[in-house]
Amino acid sequence: MNILSILTSGNISQEVYNAFATGTVSVQEISLIAIVIGAIFVNNVVLSQFLGICPFLGVSSKVNTSLGMGMAVTFVMALASIVTWCLQRYILVPFGIEFMQTIVFILVIAALVQMVEIVLKKVSPALYQALGIFLPLITTNCAVLGVAILMVQKDMDLFTGVIYSVATALGFALALVLFAGIRERLEVEDVPAAFRGVPIALITAGLLAMAFMGFANVVPLP
Amino acid sequence: MGKLQLITKGILKENPTFALILGMCPTIGVTSTAINGMGMGVATMAVLILSNMAISLIKNLIPSKVRIPAFIVVIASFVTIIGMLIKAYLPALDASLGVFIPLIVVNCIILGRAEAFASKNGIVDSALDGVGIGLGFTLSLTIIGAVREVLGSGAIFGVTFAADVMPLLFILAPGGFLVLGYLMVVFNKIAKR
Repeated sequence: MNILSILTSGNISQEVYNAFATGTVSVQEISLIAIVIGAIFVNNVVLSQFLGICPFLGVSSKVNTSLGMGMAVTFVMALASIVTWCLQRYILVPFGIEFMQTIVFILVIAALVQMVEIVLKKVSPALYQALGIFLPLITTNCAVLGVAILMVQKDMDLFTGVIYSVATALGFALALVLFAGIRERLEVEDVPAAFRGVPIALITAGLLAMAFMGFANVVPLP
Repeated sequence: MGKLQLITKGILKENPTFALILGMCPTIGVTSTAINGMGMGVATMAVLILSNMAISLIKNLIPSKVRIPAFIVVIASFVTIIGMLIKAYLPALDASLGVFIPLIVVNCIILGRAEAFASKNGIVDSALDGVGIGLGFTLSLTIIGAVREVLGSGAIFGVTFAADVMPLLFILAPGGFLVLGYLMVVFNKIAKR
């Protein structure tokens, strides 16, 4: 698998460039790599697109709970992107009712979250135990609705869209876990009274976002 | 609670951004300039007033088990209407707010006020509550936008006074987090007094 060996190599940009120059990777594969790296690192959903900040600030005080939330969001986002894409393509556009997009998408996501919760409870109690408390919170996670709308706006096909949504969710999980790691340390630090709680968390997030700006030119598109 | 108090409480005591810490995504996402922040604030305020009034009118018709989905449908309808109006009459604002206009639906402030206030109070009080909280939100977003615009691009409300000397960082992503964080510290200091 070409893509996999490139993604796991140390110098991604050089490897991508070489593979493209020698013709072992096609343009489609390159754009998929760009979408994955872009969604996880360069345009990180929380730190550079500002979606899903509420759970980012609310849930991420422990590494374990952040992992659970990240998993739940990945699961729901992938499902939601498939369902909303199909609805947009086969119902909203043919009937000329694209203006109903917001109403339809938010209802679908709310219903989907409920359904996933019920199904998981029956089928996999262990996974339900792990994700359980985070599932209801996801309805108001604007990253899920945001990605569904962005997929339509960017005119992606279903496969690219699913890859994009999963990569975005992984980026969300990455930001959440990194941030939780920092906050666990912050809790034992002597923070001035006025900074305690959310303000110091926001300032920390700002520094993290600054670090993520370093990824800006990681994927050169030939 | 007096009628005037309903309007003024949103500015300091129940300020949605600095005191309640709700609706963080648009707060950081669109406030790269003061105008954008104000536009987002006014759009959210319009949705908030309309949805508060509608929910207060139909509160007795909704079975309590399905009230949250019902509220979401009401809110999403008003967001769609406001979004179409912005697209038709303010295309520049529509372009700069982008995906954050449909995302007003998932702004927790609106659902929060529907659940905590409009579903328990009359239509006039609900409308005034929407005005108050909406004003607080607009004010916060405008202040954050103004600070970021001054620090990041040396301008205020689009009027440039120091071009190309300010650190661009403040209108980029990290600046949003940093400015909001430090403004919250200032707010905590003032509110405690």
